[in-house]
Order: sequence, then structure tokens, then C-alpha cells
Amino acid sequence: MIRAVIVMNTQGKPRLLKFYEFQPPEKQQELTRSVFAVLSGRPDNVSNFVEADAIFGPGTRLVYKHLATLYFVFVFDSCENELAMLDLIQVLVETLDRCFKNVCELDIVFNFNKMHTILDEIIFGGQVLETSSERVLKAVEEISRLEKSASSVSFVPKSVSGRFGR
Amino acid sequence: MNPFSSGTRLRDMIRAIRACKTAAEERAVVRKECAAIRSSISENDQDYRHRNIAKLMFIHMLGYPTHFGQMECLKLIASAGFPEKRIGYLGLMLLLDERQEVLMLVTNSLKQDLNHTNQYIVGLALCALGNICSAEMASDLASEVERLLLTRDPNIKKKAALCSIRIVRKVPDLAENFLSPAASLLKEKHHGVLIAGIQLCTDLCKVSADATKHLRKNCTEGLIRILKDVSNSSYAPEYDIAGITDPFLHIRVLRLMRMLGQGDADTSEHMNDILAQIASKTESNKNAGNAILYECVETIMGIEETSGLRVLAINILGRFLSNRDNNIRYVALNMLMKAITVDSQAVQRHRTTILECVKDSDASIRKRALELVFLLVNDTNAKPLTKELIDYLEVSDQDFKGDLTAIICSIIEKLFQEKKWYIDQMLKVLSLAGSYVKDDVWHALIVAISNGPDLQGYSVRSLYKAFQTSFEQVSLVRVVVWCIGEYGEMLVGNVGVLEVEELMTVTESDTVDVLEACLTGHSSDFTTRSMSLIALLKLSSRFPSTSERIKEIITVHKGSIVLELQQRAIEFNSIIQRHENIKSSLVERMPVLDEPAYMVKKANSSQENIVAGKSSQTSLAGTSVKLPNGVAKPPAAPLVDLLDLSSDDAPVPPSTSKDFLHDLLGIDLTNSSSSGIVPSGGTDILMDLLSIGTPVQNDISTKIVSSNQGFAPTTKPTFPTTVQVLDLLDGLPSNGSVAGDQSPLYPSITAFQSSALKIMFSFKKHPENPQVTEIHATFMNLLSDAYTDFVFQAAVPKFIQLHLDPASSNHLPANGNGTITQTLTVTNSQHGQKSLAMRIRMVYKVNNQEKLEQGQINNFPPGL
Repeated sequence: MIRAVIVMNTQGKPRLLKFYEFQPPEKQQELTRSVFAVLSGRPDNVSNFVEADAIFGPGTRLVYKHLATLYFVFVFDSCENELAMLDLIQVLVETLDRCFKNVCELDIVFNFNKMHTILDEIIFGGQVLETSSERVLKAVEEISRLEKSASSVSFVPKSVSGRFGR
Repeated sequence: MNPFSSGTRLRDMIRAIRACKTAAEERAVVRKECAAIRSSISENDQDYRHRNIAKLMFIHMLGYPTHFGQMECLKLIASAGFPEKRIGYLGLMLLLDERQEVLMLVTNSLKQDLNHTNQYIVGLALCALGNICSAEMASDLASEVERLLLTRDPNIKKKAALCSIRIVRKVPDLAENFLSPAASLLKEKHHGVLIAGIQLCTDLCKVSADATKHLRKNCTEGLIRILKDVSNSSYAPEYDIAGITDPFLHIRVLRLMRMLGQGDADTSEHMNDILAQIASKTESNKNAGNAILYECVETIMGIEETSGLRVLAINILGRFLSNRDNNIRYVALNMLMKAITVDSQAVQRHRTTILECVKDSDASIRKRALELVFLLVNDTNAKPLTKELIDYLEVSDQDFKGDLTAIICSIIEKLFQEKKWYIDQMLKVLSLAGSYVKDDVWHALIVAISNGPDLQGYSVRSLYKAFQTSFEQVSLVRVVVWCIGEYGEMLVGNVGVLEVEELMTVTESDTVDVLEACLTGHSSDFTTRSMSLIALLKLSSRFPSTSERIKEIITVHKGSIVLELQQRAIEFNSIIQRHENIKSSLVERMPVLDEPAYMVKKANSSQENIVAGKSSQTSLAGTSVKLPNGVAKPPAAPLVDLLDLSSDDAPVPPSTSKDFLHDLLGIDLTNSSSSGIVPSGGTDILMDLLSIGTPVQNDISTKIVSSNQGFAPTTKPTFPTTVQVLDLLDGLPSNGSVAGDQSPLYPSITAFQSSALKIMFSFKKHPENPQVTEIHATFMNLLSDAYTDFVFQAAVPKFIQLHLDPASSNHLPANGNGTITQTLTVTNSQHGQKSLAMRIRMVYKVNNQEKLEQGQINNFPPGL
């Protein structure tokens, strides 16, 4: 089972935190900091796997990928295949890339909602849901379309009226 | 519209937070936003509910509390619009957890949404359920999810399948309901649904043995067919990762096969062909292919033994080891570690490749490989492997040396067959990486050398040679110092030369040079210096020609700024000057250290260390309570009741001098009294000697001060010597006691009287130090039988420190025809506020019958 997905930048600022086992917010921050401490100390030429027993409890491992200014980190237990997890990060990144057309950190910061939607289409409750980025994309696009059509009727007018009200 | 509700958009808030330069600024912005959101919530403002939760999710990610938004999520979920529902569910998953009662309130909305006509809303509800459902919700909504497993829409189907996993984990009893829908999912064509279905089956197997049986019987064929289809299928771009068709499906099927094959030879046999096909045909030049191979190997290792598959699997791992990709090498090592329990012979064949991985540039791979090598060594390959590793030690990274040294040492210790090889290898390690060698390792080396009389000369000479080139290696230096102190004359006299040795000439003054260098060298730490000082004392008696020079060196250290060293220097100086007659017996060679006892102790302490983390302190405290001759002191349980006077927990500063006295006596007593008899806990002497260097931590021994008399059985024959030794230390305190006659007089008291025993206390105080009182205790026997093995013990409250000098005798003649006297020094840290109090206990034998008396003394004269 996948325990957590963490996306953070190279300064250790969290950009997306998703824990599939509940952790209180302080604990989430603490875990993120420990993960960052481990990752920032690793040189580029080493493997992408780290034993995470000390951070997430016995038997856990993490796989990370360092792309541009971001770390993508998957934390999982002994039931998962490390190499496959690495591919799954690839699926996530590819999907983001197609969704945001050359994804960069800013896209993720301002669209963290959408990030969650994408992630929920790939990983579901700690299990792999879909590995075809095309299908993920289709689902996400459908959701944004629904969102837009709904908000064009109900949401936008409200916010416009809100602006006048101020 | 609420005038205080912040009109900022989500985007503006993120921008504002990003613009903050300090954490304090960020906190201020977040505080302001949170206040606005709170007031908006309390106004029940519907317009901004959606945006508020979106903001809260961002704030939550930054680690600020957001619990006040939880109810808002529920309201959003209950609203009709899709965007509201979506944010509501997202918020629900992030901001709430299954333990909160609020969550129960959402069950109804979830139920409605699971039955919604819009598949995306159903998807959202399933997703939330799959992420956070509690056991109650699982039971309430299981039937809805079960129904959704049968819908036609693949998107809903796969989510429902994964949601069932959560439900089954929460309520394992529901497993049988999901069994047949899960099995029918395996017949699907849609890859996403297949993957989800297979995962559901795997989880069903985990919670229920019946499910495993059922699936094994009905689905093995199907799984094999899926695997065949997917691995033979032509190019399917949608599920393709780097040219491999749907590696995830491969992996999930293989994993389920492993669960089904485990413990069932027939099923395993059945899978044989397809596993062999995948193991041999999958392309291994891409990560995805290797992921499949890796999973396949794990399955082959997991299922029941079938023909040559395991060798094939281990060969795949062997191939992985020479892969250029770090990740592949890493997983291969991990897997080999597991495989070694299954088939160690096959793993042995890849030993050389594994050894190469020890030299990898990636630290985590090196570490894995090293662990694996440790598992691979056995009697036959220990020698070449050790050689390889030691050679590598010379060129390895600094930060890897610690691990490498530890492994090499444990290999050497575990697998040596002849002692000379052990000593040689340890010497190599010490001179290459002596600074990384742990204390217990070089302690063990010393014990081993002490136990090999024919190798002592060889060892000390080799050590001397090694020292010339590697004097910066701390542990090596310590071993050298110890061995020169003990076996210096073998070094000079070339005693016990082995055939392989080259002869060399070392003069007496050369050895002193070495020790002096260790004593004064700026790289030497405190322990090394203390050891050098003792070794010098020993040499001064072995090599009379150097004794003048040694005396000078020791004299210099009388001014050392380190208290311990200064004290030793003064004591040693006094031994050299005033007690020439007993010096040689005082510094005789250590008795042979008890090897088995040390090994047991080492094993225990390392276990303890594992248990208590890095608690070397605790293990030290346990070992440092000792008797003069190194016999471990029996736990002072009987004394515990004496201690209940001491209620407050002020720590008592340890009295090191007393400990040292123990040490000194230890060396002396064992040599003069029990010549040839090895004391049972002989290794403790080594510990004693070494404990000079380590800060004394035995708070127990200072709280429970018991007289040296207490150990009469062993000390008895040497009693006169004991007095002499004390004598020589008299020089220290006596300086201060000149002005004794000016001190106020305190009346003597009868401290204790029973039908058998009378104890008188008389007091003496030094005016310059009113806290300290010297008490002279006189014991008198009132019966007509003499007492033997008389022991007096005393305990005081924590604010008082007590020091007991040895008693004049342990034999108390009958009818008051003689007395025992004993001096107690008490320091009352609350002098003037609290008076003295003491509990005492006397143990003695009358006609070989043990007697015990105890009492409390409250009648101390005031002002003490």
C-alpha cells in the first residue's frame, strides 16, 4: 500500500501532501521535514530508494524523483514494488506535464486543487487506480468541464455580485 | 455581505503567502485569512464556503490548524453543485480523519451521492469513502459499493473495487460478500478495472484463508491467461511504459500469483511455464521491464519450489547487479538478501559481483552490499573476503569506513580459526581505521592477547611496528599502550619470536619514548593518557634503568589540569618515591583475563545496547559497581531498605578517589594473595583499569557506601598490605587535618547498643570545613563468642555524603576483649539546617551462624 505522496520543492516547502493513513497536521509537517532532511543530503548519482523505517515506521521505503525544482516522493510499504513505484511517479509527472503543458512549480502551487484531482485519479486510498496517463487526463478534463459548466451557472455570478457588494 | 470577510481570491492568498519573506510574516497572513474564514463561517456565508475550504486546504498543507473548517466540508458535500461537492470531498479527505465523530454525519450524503446519476459525483463519493471510511461507515455503505462493482462504467467499477479494499480492511467479516464480484472482475478486458480487481483479490487473500482457497481453485487459470495475453499482446500505446505493455498489470498479477502459490505445490507447478516465460523473455534494458522481472523473481522465490526456476531467478538478480542503473542494483541486493535464506548456494555464486558492489559509488548500495557480504561469509571464504574488504578499507570513503570497519571486525571475530590470523587482521584494521573501531572490539583483542601466552611477544612487537606508521589511530594507540605496559619486556627482549617474524631491536628507552609520545601527544585523549600513565608506572618497575626518566615524566603531570591525571600522577609519584618495596608486586602483570566471561558480557552489553539505544551509560553504571578484586558486587538488594531515609533525589557527586583505591587494591590484592588463582570475574580488572579513563558514573556505589571490610573473605589474608596501601595515600588528606585541636569538641555517643553489640561514635571536626565530620566508630562484642566476618554498613539521607574507610579488622573478640575501629567521613551539605541521621546494619558470624542487626542513629550531638 502507498502510505503517502509528498511533492515539495528543493527548499523543503511542501507543494502537495497526501497521506493515505491519517496524520495530524503537525505530524505531517514533521514527516515532510524529515523526508526533506534525508533527500537534501543525497547526491545526484545515487539510487532513488531510501529506507524510511526511521520516519514512517518499520518496513516502509520511499522512492523519490528530483525534477527541476521539485521532489516527488512516494512512501509505501513492503507490498509494493520499488521499481514500479518509480514508474508510477513517471506516470504522475507525465500526466501533470500534459495537463499543464510543461509543468513547473508555479503551476502546482496555484493549482494544488487540480493536483489533488489528478492524484486521486491515479492513486485511490493508497492503491494504484490507473496507470494510463491518457485515461487519467480524460477523467480530469471531464471533471474540469463539469466544474466550469456548473460554475458558469451558479458560481461566477455570485462572485461577481460579491465584488460589487464590497 | 459580511464586511470583514476577506474578499481575496484563493490565488491572491497564495500570492500573499508566497510574498512573505519571513515565517512571522507568513504566520500573520495566515492568521488574518483564518480570522476572515472563521467569521465567514460564523455568518453562515454560503457564497464563499467553496473558496474558504479551498483556502483552508492550502493553509492545512502549510501546517496550520484548520479544524474549524470541518463542518463546512460537510455542508459543501450536502449542496447540489458539482464544484461545491468536489471541494467538499477534497476537504473531507484532507482535513478530517476517520476517528472524528463529525465523520458519521457524512454517511447520509455519501449514500445519496453513491446513488447519484452523475458518474463523476459517484466517483467523488467512492474516492472519499476509499480514503477515510471508518469501520461503521464501511458496514453501512458496503452494500452500495457492492452494487457499484456490478455497474457497466469502468471508471466507477475500478474505484468501487479499490474502495472495497478499504472496506474489507476495516471490516474483515465482509470479505465473503465481495468474493464473487471480485472474482468476476478478473474476466474484465479494461486494464484499469483488471488492476483494481486483482488488487481487491490480493487483499481478500490477506484477510481470509477461505478467499485464498476459493481464488486458488477458480482463478489461477484466469490469471495465467491474463499474463499470457498481456505479455504476448501487440503494441498497446495507452498502457505502454517505455515499450513494455502495462507493467503494472504484470506486477499485480504476479503478486496475486505469489499469494495463491504460497503453500500449494500444485498451483505453483501450474504457474511454472508462464513464470519461466516472463523471466526469460522480458526485456531488461528498461526500468519497466526490470520492474516486471523483479516482481517475477519475488514470486518465484515466494511460491513452492519448482524445478530450476529459482536458479533462473537468482541469475536474473546476478544480472541486475551489473546493471548500470543504481536502482536496479539496489533492488537486486535487497532481493538477494531475502533469497539467501531460500538458496544460499545459488547466491554464493554471485559473490564476486556482490563484493564489487561494496565498492559502489552509491552509499546506500555499498551499505546493502556490505550487509549481504556479511551474510555470505562462512568458514571457507572468510579469509579471502576479509582480505578483499581490508584492502578496500584503505581506499574507501571516510564516511563509509565506520560501517565497513564494524562489519570487518565482526567477520574476524565471528569466523577466525587461528588466533594469529585474528590478531594479524585486527592489527591491519586498527592501523588502517583504528579511529573507527568500537571499544568492545579492541577490548576483545586485549582479552585475546592476554589469553595467548605464545603470541604475546609477537603481538606487542607487531603493535610496536604498526604504531610507528599509524600513531594517529586512537584505538590502535590504546592497544599499543596497554600491551607495552603489560608485555614491554617481551618487546625489548624479543621473547617468543615466531618463525615468520623479522627481528628488530627495541631498547628500553624506545618503549618509554612511545608511551611518552602517547602521554603528551596533543592528539591523545584523556583515556589514552591515563592508560599511558599506568603503563609507564608498570615499565618503571620492569626496566629499572628507565625509572628515573619515568619518574620525571610522571612528576610533570602532577601539575596536569585534568584532575584525574593529576591525581594519578601524584599517587604514582608517591608509589615510586616512598613504596619501592611493594612497587613491583603492585604493578605486576595482569592476571589472564577471563575470555569466556568477557564474551558473555560483550554479548549481553551489545544486546543491551540494541535495546536501550545508545545507552552505554546504563551498561557502564551496571558494571562499575565492583569489589576491590574485581568480583562483581552482588546486587545490593538488602541495603535498599536502608536507603529509604534518603527521600529527596539530589545526585551525589561520585567519589573517584575511592574507586581508584579499589582499582589499586584490585591489582595488588589479586597478585599478592591469590597467586595463580584467576578471580572469577577477571575481566573486570580490565574494566577497572579502563574505567580510569571514562568518567565514573556509578552513582549507586556512592549512595550505598559499604565498608571494604564487607568483602572480608577475599581481603582477609592480605590485610596488612591494605593498610599499607592506604597509608601511602594518607599524604593527600592529612595536610588539611593539622589544626584538629582547635575544633570544637563534641561528646562521644553510644550510637547503638543491643545485647550483643555496642557501638561508640566519637567526633572530630575541622574548623575550616564545618560540613565535614570525621566519626570514629568503635565496635565492641558483648557476648562470650567471638564474631567473625564482621561487616558494618551505613546509609545516610541524600543531603549527606558518606565515606567509609576500611575497618581495622573483621574479627571481633569476645567479652569486649578487643574492638574494631572504623573511620566514617560524613559531609553534611545542609550543615546548620539539618542534623545528621544514619541507618546502620551489622552483619557478622557467631559460631558460623550469620547474624544481622540494624538500627537508626538519631542522637548525634547538635551542630554536626
